Amino acid sequence: MHIAVCIKQILDPEISPRAFKIDPVRKAADPGTASLVIGPFDLNALEVAIQLKERHGGQVTALTLGSDKAKEALRRALAMGADQAVLIDETQVSAKEPSVTARVLAAAIRKLDPVDLVLTGRQSGEWDFGQVGALLAEELGMPFVPFVPRLDVAGNGLRLEREADGGVVVVEAPRPCVASVTNANDNVPRLPKVKDIMMANRKPITVYGPGELGLGAAEVGDEANRLEVLDLFIPEVKSECEFIEGEDGAEKGANLARKLVERKVI
Amino acid sequence: MNIVVIGWGGDGHAPSAAVRELLGGARRLAQQSGGQVIGAALGGAAKAATGMIEYGADRVLIVDHPALAELDAEAYAAAAHVVCDQAGDALVLVPGDRLGWEVAPRLAHRLAAGLVTDCLAVDWEGGRFVMTKPVYGGKAMAKLAARTATQVALVRARAMEPLEPQTGRAGDVEALNVNLSPGRVKLLERKQEETQGQVRLEDAPVVVSGGRGLGGPEPFRMLEEIAQLVGGAVGASLAAVDAGWISPQHQVGQTGKSVAPDLYIAVGISGASQHVAGMSNSKTIVAINKDPEAPIFRVAHIGVVGDYKEVLPAFVAELRKIKGA
Repeated sequence: MHIAVCIKQILDPEISPRAFKIDPVRKAADPGTASLVIGPFDLNALEVAIQLKERHGGQVTALTLGSDKAKEALRRALAMGADQAVLIDETQVSAKEPSVTARVLAAAIRKLDPVDLVLTGRQSGEWDFGQVGALLAEELGMPFVPFVPRLDVAGNGLRLEREADGGVVVVEAPRPCVASVTNANDNVPRLPKVKDIMMANRKPITVYGPGELGLGAAEVGDEANRLEVLDLFIPEVKSECEFIEGEDGAEKGANLARKLVERKVI
Repeated sequence: MNIVVIGWGGDGHAPSAAVRELLGGARRLAQQSGGQVIGAALGGAAKAATGMIEYGADRVLIVDHPALAELDAEAYAAAAHVVCDQAGDALVLVPGDRLGWEVAPRLAHRLAAGLVTDCLAVDWEGGRFVMTKPVYGGKAMAKLAARTATQVALVRARAMEPLEPQTGRAGDVEALNVNLSPGRVKLLERKQEETQGQVRLEDAPVVVSGGRGLGGPEPFRMLEEIAQLVGGAVGASLAAVDAGWISPQHQVGQTGKSVAPDLYIAVGISGASQHVAGMSNSKTIVAINKDPEAPIFRVAHIGVVGDYKEVLPAFVAELRKIKGA
């Protein structure tokens, strides 16, 4: 069983709205002092992959498209339990939207040993396009199952749960396939032990440029992007909150009930 | 440029709420951009073809095929592709439900079109369509435009307004013959959401949600009691779900469910943008939080600064007294 997990290094999404700033020239978030982390759903995807390997054996390859800094994200994935790590150097790549990202990741996955399963997070936690999983399925000609909280091997294929409109659906997909992972109680990412972090620092990271993946400017240059960012702004929120008065919590609670009835919302 | 509205689901002859909204939005955009509104009535929505005309389509193309019976995204993407090929260069609007999140990227890939997901608005500005979506967990908004002639927008529920239906509105309805392959993903089982006799979160007129501030799973019982008392449903923030206090089907937020009830009560929820993105359209928002600086008070209409353990029991008692329950 060979599982490829596509991850993205993003600005820590837990940064408070007050500390969040925009760089108007780059039309991107100003990193400020915020740390770089693996996208939250990508961490869930890594956890799902590692659990699957623990149950059935095999290997996990973590891939990312990023700068040299993204090696930190790959080291984290290795410390969690991934076996190999691949960095696609973004220096020669203009991936401003997901179609370019998916094209690059698909080319890198084709270069790996044959995969049984490709996992992504359901969305990055940054620009949240939420497209890479489905686009990888298109690029690789594989079936796709989105919004997967858990999955397991079933015969020659896989049995996956997926969140659907109005409930959860259980499906069977052949291998290889692509799945995008959503958060669940049983895929909370593990915290690597210090020993594993030290080990991960000694593991090699394979680095590819677009040329080695057979991709030229037409595929990964600026012109390849199908979207253009016109503006990025922080929406103004004007507070109109009316605070309920009261001596203590209990009085406020009773006053709240009266207020809601008075306003006819209950 | 034509505007294509991809339609699925719906109840018999009535288009689904999502399709009615997209048709309304498409009609308004077409008045500015020119071109026709073309409805794609796919699968079970075939019966709603006339209904789509009444809600604003100039022309409806039907694709019905056994492969569309199970809401298989590959089959739906292929069917939508057939309709788009007939429409020429177009803006394609796709409902932002779970199926849409799967179909839209596949369709965009096949059309080599730019796709913006989670659109809160699509406007005609300066001779092109401009799509607005939340980014960075809702802390910022981005305006994007496609560089491709054909472009796809996945539109969030309730982002567009339906029009009043016009009975007898004229428009062509045509069925297309297509050959679709059966999907490679097989449905084994459908687990309906356990709503425990309560209304579905998305449909509930009142949503009572809890977050990290509740401190554990037990307090959610108090929220359930309130929800039952007012005919509502229980929601939760990502933090409460991640802590394992409540199942993910209750999660409200950008990565959970989008709700817009008449009354939303946020208990012990700080108001992370991610959460606010899924509930800010609620008519009345009540926030109960110990921290007067909590960002939730910036979106709340009514705020209570206090410990929910004191506030809620008194709130319930007073409510029962007033309602005589």
